[in-house]
Amino acid sequence: MSVRFEDLDDSRLPPPRVVGPLTRTDFVRYQGASGDMNPIHHDEAFAKKAGYPAPLAVGMFQAGVLNAWATDWLGPDNVRRTRIRWKEQVWPGDVLTFTGKIAKKYEEDGVRKVDLELVCTRQTGGIAVQAWMTFVVPSR
Amino acid sequence: MADFSSIGAEGATFELFVEHGKVREFARATHATHESHFRGETQYPPATFLTTILFWQELVEGANPWSKVKLDAERGMHAEQEYVFYGPPPAAGTRLQCRSRIESVYQKEGRRGGKLMFAVMVTEFRDATGKLVAEARLTGVETEKPPTES
Repeated sequence: MSVRFEDLDDSRLPPPRVVGPLTRTDFVRYQGASGDMNPIHHDEAFAKKAGYPAPLAVGMFQAGVLNAWATDWLGPDNVRRTRIRWKEQVWPGDVLTFTGKIAKKYEEDGVRKVDLELVCTRQTGGIAVQAWMTFVVPSR
Repeated sequence: MADFSSIGAEGATFELFVEHGKVREFARATHATHESHFRGETQYPPATFLTTILFWQELVEGANPWSKVKLDAERGMHAEQEYVFYGPPPAAGTRLQCRSRIESVYQKEGRRGGKLMFAVMVTEFRDATGKLVAEARLTGVETEKPPTES
């Protein structure tokens, strides 16, 4: 059952999604799915040589999970735009929280839309990823 | 150091076939649970799925103009990524014609000092009729030093 425009309200958001502690397997699974096989995300020796304490997460992995929080709620067929910005790196062992809120509900060219502001936060409180998404939303 | 002469460079056109199995695999890897990724007549991919052009662009020589920007691989990072869809995102079974171009290369002062070099690559996705159905905008950044854990 898809969400209706009239029911969009910050008091009726889906619960935050918590993922982790992250493992190298999470990174590798995403790398295989996406085609980004950069060894810095799975090869310990390579990552250390580049000056990192461990293989770091693929930015598009946490961005993908953040986008999925919203598309699981409003439907992947309804997304019209996503803009992602990375703020802080993510490491094995991190526990990430994915959530968002409604920035704006409006009608444009006869189509009802909603803009969301999303955030992925590390267990330290640091913001790892921000995203801004636009969805079309069916009306009653 | 980025190469400003790469601005405007265009890659060769390449195909991306939105495959059902790839949509499911990508959805699982990003913890996406919406049923339309997994079953149903029309299987829609996750919103960031078009990042899988990585598999297709490398099959066509000259399709990826990003290397012309010459950002240092060890100090280069993904700063921003945008996807715009001019309708529902292309569903599984769709064949897309894709083309990438370097939109801009510019320098900025970093907040913690040091110069940051940015480059933006735009990829257009067209359906079988030539209609523009999606656009991707990748912003890469090169820092002066490898960024460490903050």
